[in-house]
Amino acid sequence: MNILVCVKHVPDTETAVKIGSDGKSISTQDVNFILNPYDEYAVEEALKIKEDKGGEVTLITLGPEEAKKTLRTGLAMGADKAIHLPCDAPPDSLSIANALAEVIKDIEYDLIFCGKQAMDNDNAQVPIMLAEKLGLPNVSAITKLELEDGTAVAHREFEGGVEVVETSLPAVISAHKGLNEPRYASLKGIMMAKKKPIEDKPCDCGDAAIEIVDVTYPQQRAGGKIVGEGTEAVPELVKLLQEEAKVI
Amino acid sequence: MKVLVFAEQRNGEFRKAAVEALCEGRRLADGELIAVVIGKGAADLGGQLGAYGADKILAFDHDLLELYSTEGFTACLQKAAETVSPDAILMAATAMGRDLAPRLGARLDVPVLADVTKLSFTDGNIEAVRPVYAGKLNVTVRSKKSPGIATTRPKAFLPTEPDGSKTAEVVAMDAAVGDLKARVKQVQSEAEGMIELTEADFIVSGGRGMKSAENFKIIEDLAKVLGGAVGASRAAVDSDWRGHGDQVGQTGKVVAPTLYIAAGISGAIQHLAGMTSSKVIVAINKDADAPIFKIADYGIVGDAMEVLPVLTEAIKAVK
Ligand SMILES: Cc1cc2nc3c(=O)[nH]c(=O)nc-3n(C[C@H](O)[C@H](O)[C@H](O)COP(=O)(O)OP(=O)(O)OC[C@H]3O[C@@H](n4cnc5c(N)ncnc54)[C@H](O)[C@@H]3O)c2cc1C
Ligand SMILES: Nc1ncnc2c1ncn2[C@@H]1O[C@H](COP(=O)(O)O)[C@@H](O)[C@H]1O
Repeated sequence: MNILVCVKHVPDTETAVKIGSDGKSISTQDVNFILNPYDEYAVEEALKIKEDKGGEVTLITLGPEEAKKTLRTGLAMGADKAIHLPCDAPPDSLSIANALAEVIKDIEYDLIFCGKQAMDNDNAQVPIMLAEKLGLPNVSAITKLELEDGTAVAHREFEGGVEVVETSLPAVISAHKGLNEPRYASLKGIMMAKKKPIEDKPCDCGDAAIEIVDVTYPQQRAGGKIVGEGTEAVPELVKLLQEEAKVI
Repeated sequence: MKVLVFAEQRNGEFRKAAVEALCEGRRLADGELIAVVIGKGAADLGGQLGAYGADKILAFDHDLLELYSTEGFTACLQKAAETVSPDAILMAATAMGRDLAPRLGARLDVPVLADVTKLSFTDGNIEAVRPVYAGKLNVTVRSKKSPGIATTRPKAFLPTEPDGSKTAEVVAMDAAVGDLKARVKQVQSEAEGMIELTEADFIVSGGRGMKSAENFKIIEDLAKVLGGAVGASRAAVDSDWRGHGDQVGQTGKVVAPTLYIAAGISGAIQHLAGMTSSKVIVAINKDADAPIFKIADYGIVGDAMEVLPVLTEAIKAVK
């Protein structure tokens, strides 16, 4: 089975993101970028299937030159090769999905994996839009997957339960936490990744379909009132919740 | 401005967040407000939405639409959009809405403003505020194409009181939904009476400090007394003390209850990403320096195993 995995280069979740000088983007200074954590689940699932059924795992990312670092991370986990679509500032999800679809339509694959959501703009849209643009079914935010002949059965959580979805293949499937435990790259994997091919392909990120008006910091919570220690503080807490906060 | 709202329902019950989206649609629309209801018995169900200000209900009732499917529901909304030519399309940012909106957007070739907390019309198109980087920043975005689509974050918009004297015209609709490539074969429902985390007014969450799955019984007891739901940190979920659906935070759920009680949770940035929009936060932690105290409105320094049962009894006494 040949599997494509779409991955994104995003700021580490520990990073304190700061607004850039244009007031519309973030400052990338002192920001550590990583393979989007949800995409780790996507890469892991692809590698598990490859180990079981054979085939190749190809990573694809649209992003700046530095995004190749993220491709190397996925190659070190065990992916075979990667495609880089140069774009200094990946725009909105629709434009990214269009650009990815334009390149992917000429590639042969049996399945496409994505992460549920990129931990930068938290859109959770690219996989679903990509599926529509490629004319494929999608199953988003899955926590379990079983492949059968030409079909896949996936679990997706909703408010109140789990939907068991059956889809024909190829399909675009996006991974949620819980799908698997992503492996760590071994030292050998990291060494081998350096030699694996990364192909640059021209792409057109197009005109953004969304205009960014401004970026602001949210209001900080004041917080910080310690009521007391141990069980003795409970009556005071209940009183505050009733009389000051008026929530019970 | 004409607004179309997808009113999500399951088993004949509209989601709270769908009602919130509909009420926000009413505030935004100075023209017609049209609601779309999809599923079995859609026509009968739809009528009640007049009370929230919908002028017209487009009802799609079809055997293939009993369970959610991205393709089937997208076909219905595409048909609805073609029929009424709205200026904006809204739906709740639930599991269903976040799956459906991007598919519809790509079909109509318009972008989606996802999981927004504030909405307006500017120069004929929708503008929204949305939290990004797990809530570390807010971005104001404007759709450059029409109709603009947005999904509304649960609990970010206040619903209005229903007015039973208002009614809406219900129009039965037909859409070509055949040949679904992906379809729901089965729904595994959670136990009856469970309160969904994203809809809960009260949440009691436990972390690694709870030390075992059994100890979550004390968390459940307090949640029950409050009429709320149980949440967990990732550490508790990864220890298999709770299911994935209970995780609050960046890789879990984003919640905004009236009261959030965090017990034995240190307050890592990824946990805070999921709960800092709560109205009031209480932290119980034995470490006075735990970061959770910096954002909690009220804190008790102490052993959660001792404090929680006493708190449960004290709240029971005043409730
Ligand atoms: C990409 C990424 C995504 C993540 N997503 C999430 C997420 O969605 N949600 C999430 O929660 N985390 C997430 N994390 C993990 C996060 O960084 C923390 O590791 C996690 O939140 C810690 O959980 P905790 O507070 O329960 O455990 P700890 O940090 O170990 O804290 C336990 C706390 O319990 C206290 N304690 C111990 N015993 C007691 C007692 N008897 N009574 C009272 N207090 C006691 C301790 O003082 C301590 O403060 C993510 C991490 C990464 C890298
Ligand atoms: N620029 C990109 N290049 C490749 N894949 C991407 C890109 N942006 C998003 N994706 C994929 O789509 C998923 C969801 O991203 P998003 O819709 O931006 O939240 C990510 O986890 C990736 O798998």
